[in-house]
Amino acid sequence: MADKVLSDAVQALADLRDRGVIYDGMTVMVGGFGLCGIPEHLIQALRDTGVKEITCVSNNAGVDDWGLGLLLQTRQIKKMISSYVGENAIFEKQFIEGDLEVEFNPQGTLAERIRAGGAGIPAFYTATGYGTLVAEGKETREFDPPLLCAKVNAGTARRRPFVMETSLYADLALIKAHKADPFGNLVYRKTARNFNPMMATAAAFVVAEVDEMVGVGDLDPECIHTPGSYVHRVVNTVSEKRIEQRTTR
Amino acid sequence: MALTREQITKRAAAELQDGYIVNLGIGMPTLVANHIPEGMDVWLQSENGLLGIGPFPTEDEIDADLINAGKQTITARPGASYFSSAESFEMIRGGHIDMCILGAMEVSQEGDIANWMIPGKMVKGMGGAMDLVAGVRKVIVTMDHCNKKGQTKIVTECSLPLTGKNCIDQIITDLCVLKMDNQKKRFVLTELAPGVSAEEVVEKTGAEIIVGDDVREVAV
Repeated sequence: MADKVLSDAVQALADLRDRGVIYDGMTVMVGGFGLCGIPEHLIQALRDTGVKEITCVSNNAGVDDWGLGLLLQTRQIKKMISSYVGENAIFEKQFIEGDLEVEFNPQGTLAERIRAGGAGIPAFYTATGYGTLVAEGKETREFDPPLLCAKVNAGTARRRPFVMETSLYADLALIKAHKADPFGNLVYRKTARNFNPMMATAAAFVVAEVDEMVGVGDLDPECIHTPGSYVHRVVNTVSEKRIEQRTTR
Repeated sequence: MALTREQITKRAAAELQDGYIVNLGIGMPTLVANHIPEGMDVWLQSENGLLGIGPFPTEDEIDADLINAGKQTITARPGASYFSSAESFEMIRGGHIDMCILGAMEVSQEGDIANWMIPGKMVKGMGGAMDLVAGVRKVIVTMDHCNKKGQTKIVTECSLPLTGKNCIDQIITDLCVLKMDNQKKRFVLTELAPGVSAEEVVEKTGAEIIVGDDVREVAV
């Protein structure tokens, strides 16, 4: 079995420039929702490769001094494909000054575009965004939707317009999981799962950072979230796991 | 007298039904969770991948891997499940969520909603709002009837970029409750805040609405 386990995040990306995975202008997917379930060490390792002009697919853009905010600080990101960019002053400044391009996707459209990319589906139709800026320039088509999609109280015809969305695929995906085995089977934890499983299927090269390594056969095959075949490299790290909104009852 | 935020929230909670799967938006809608009627089993969905939101954690229970869509630390109730963002939006877009409650900057007389972007201001993104209004079976807006300048938020046509078209089923404001009539494609005034008249609502609404035959006082 090929050895997928690397000693640290820097090692995990070290030869990827030579292998053509990391290059200026590349597309990278980064898992996480807010700061929850982000591959924090791999983000720093990507920064340290010095790669520029990145197109980054990620639901959010981190905060000023953590997560993808670190790659914004160093101006390595050219374009973000995201659903919400939150409170990030560096992001805001670069966006307003025109140094950073942003493509906003509805969150479900973003998730589905990534899922479709990993599933070999080039495009799909969705009701989301019809009649909004998001649908501008895109093909729309009417369908009779599956019954459940019809509104509970709509006394009107079910037929409605849908917008065509294309899939997303990246050169590299940086994933955060909870546990991995040496084959790269992954198990996520709680809401730190979020965008990670789809991204693990939608890139040419996939590196996962995990809280815990276990042996082959230690993970219950019934409970593996991402089969190891999707994952090229795994690195065991100790995450800081910052909290954005510490709320108690 | 206009309803308080608390009363608007309470009125929204009265729309819940036993066994409902519900998504609550960030801000005022989140507070609806505090008013789920006793003995009613309602499952709250969080679009970042949880069905079955529990109460906020104690200091000891705080877990960085468990947050809601507003990035607040939360807990999961017994019977809860975790899933990916793709599955979460399959639930939302596939019509598997019974109801969502969200805020709005404008709602049009035909039920269009604008709540994600003001041209010329920093745009943060729509997050999951476009998916929710397009896919959830019953979409309720809670908001003030007028903005801080006293201008109506219920308009003939939205001036701000839309979040969704013809998707709002009900509006609960500080002045009244309006329900969409899908045949007539207009909102019908069904309930008034105590001391508020139908004339006052019509006057403060910059759109065509229908005054219902049986307008009641909001029970709060």
